[in-house]
Amino acid sequence: MVNALKYRLTDHTADFGIQAFGKTMEQVFENAAFAISDLITDIHILQGVHSQPIFVTGDDRDDLMMNWLREILYLWNGMGLLVKQTSVKEVTESHLKADITYDFYDTDRHEIKNEIKAITYHQLEVNRNQDGWFANFILDV
Amino acid sequence: MDLIQKNDYLWEIPKTGHMNVPGRIYSSSSMIDSVSKEEACKQVANVAELPGIVSASLAMPDIHWGYGFPIGGVAAFDWKEGVISPGGVGYDINCGVRLATSSLHVDDVQSRLEDLADDLYHGTPSGVGSTGSIKLSKKEVKKVLEQGSQWAASNGFGEELDIRRTEDHGCMDSADPEAVSERALERGTQQLGTLGSGNHFLELGMVEEIFDPDTAAKFGLFPGQITMMIHSGSRGLGYQICDDFLADLTRHARKSAYYLPDRQLAYAMIQSVQGRRYLSAMACAANYAWANRQIMMHRAEAVIMRTLGISPNTLSMQLLYDVCHNIAKKEEHMVENRKTWLCVHRKGATRSFPPGHPSLPEEYRTTGQPILIPGDMGTASYILAGTEKAMAETFGSTCHGAGRVLSRNAAKKASRGRAIQNELAEKGIIVRWTGRSTLAEEMPEAYKDITDVVDVVHGAGISRKVAKLRPLVVIKG
Repeated sequence: MVNALKYRLTDHTADFGIQAFGKTMEQVFENAAFAISDLITDIHILQGVHSQPIFVTGDDRDDLMMNWLREILYLWNGMGLLVKQTSVKEVTESHLKADITYDFYDTDRHEIKNEIKAITYHQLEVNRNQDGWFANFILDV
Repeated sequence: MDLIQKNDYLWEIPKTGHMNVPGRIYSSSSMIDSVSKEEACKQVANVAELPGIVSASLAMPDIHWGYGFPIGGVAAFDWKEGVISPGGVGYDINCGVRLATSSLHVDDVQSRLEDLADDLYHGTPSGVGSTGSIKLSKKEVKKVLEQGSQWAASNGFGEELDIRRTEDHGCMDSADPEAVSERALERGTQQLGTLGSGNHFLELGMVEEIFDPDTAAKFGLFPGQITMMIHSGSRGLGYQICDDFLADLTRHARKSAYYLPDRQLAYAMIQSVQGRRYLSAMACAANYAWANRQIMMHRAEAVIMRTLGISPNTLSMQLLYDVCHNIAKKEEHMVENRKTWLCVHRKGATRSFPPGHPSLPEEYRTTGQPILIPGDMGTASYILAGTEKAMAETFGSTCHGAGRVLSRNAAKKASRGRAIQNELAEKGIIVRWTGRSTLAEEMPEAYKDITDVVDVVHGAGISRKVAKLRPLVVIKG
């Protein structure tokens, strides 16, 4: 279970609670994005043939995570792109630069597993623990 | 959290700390234990901290843990001095339910239910990110946002009766498309007339039991009657509007350094520029949702006629009513014996207006507002009527559904090794669905017993039972 190391689902009655992990701050942002993609589709069949850079800002670390995940989700919900991989090049408390790879959604090839309406601020937290970093957030599904 | 029982159906969270008013939860002695252990009670108390809240922060018996507001939450704010919170409406703005009656009896269609299930499934775009056959330019989307159900009727998807029997006549007139982002408009171009996924559904049912024959007759209901229920909302356009305004208002909250018990509760004063702007955008999404349900109903009606080879007269499908259960509205209520304009947030709660209320169509002036309460797909749904007591106690509000008890993950675990569709088929319920995990996540055990929930609102007098429906055909996203 490779995914178990990247994130786990936490219990929430109506929605999906997520806890993402990372040894570094870069990694916890990458793994939080991975959780979103993994819940949307089967990442393994994606080829990641296209790529683009992303730049996100935030008022603080939590807000930065929120805005980052918002953009990842909008790539799917708004533009029909399925994200294969994210690579965070630079991250501070207030901005993030990353490269992403993605495929265009193809109804014949890709199965969509869950509809994620939004990332919520409820109980959102990005912090350090003894193993590195973690991020908690709840998705409205 | 300390809960004080006030009567058989009401528990109070005393006003402490930053709370401006107490919390009040409608429940029963059998359900209150699980409610008190949940995060939802804390959420009721958090809402009580918001500025301008009047009387109490309320929760209906289908209360469960949401984000920001609890699901099943009702909160009213003074129109002049209170706030509006996008999180108090939710992402799926004007998620709601409509019910249409017909002149068909279950015996007329029993042998054709499988065909109806197939044809309704193919005729109703559903599932994650589903797009419909109606593709609109952004300019045309703006007309939908301004006109709501009237847009659908003007384009051949309905008639005047449908509009009269929709809450607010299917159009909130405060809508202003200029308050809506390009992203939201873009998402609105593809999804009109689509069901979506999750707990949304289109269902053929039958009237199984009538509790109040006089009101049922006025609602046009008879035993064994075939009905159609649609549960859907404003789709991606609504989610985007909520998300856009939450982003804006949380930034504003941080800059003005006002205290928030939960960032998801970010708000604007109703009378501020931002508050007005959110109200205009929210109204746009509400109108989109009404047009969406109107179009789906009209199309499903055509499918039923085609499948059964019957005329509109033989089917006689008529909208009973359309209610929203995620919304904020300007309404006049009595507060401390004075008529007061309020902004009533209903987040997973339904309006329950009494007999004689001026906003009800003529035919329901003596009965009170029809209220539609969908259950889970394996049990039942209810038709209720609005009451004076709801006006006195809950700002004219009641429950909206069963309310989840199992998380989606827990439901999937509980369903492992079972064929939910076969279990439903044994009960005479035919299901068609799109998403791989939808059926497991939405299994009947994932929800509270709808009958327990409805018995509370009936017992408490905030609405009254009229009829019970049994599902026959369920189309899920």
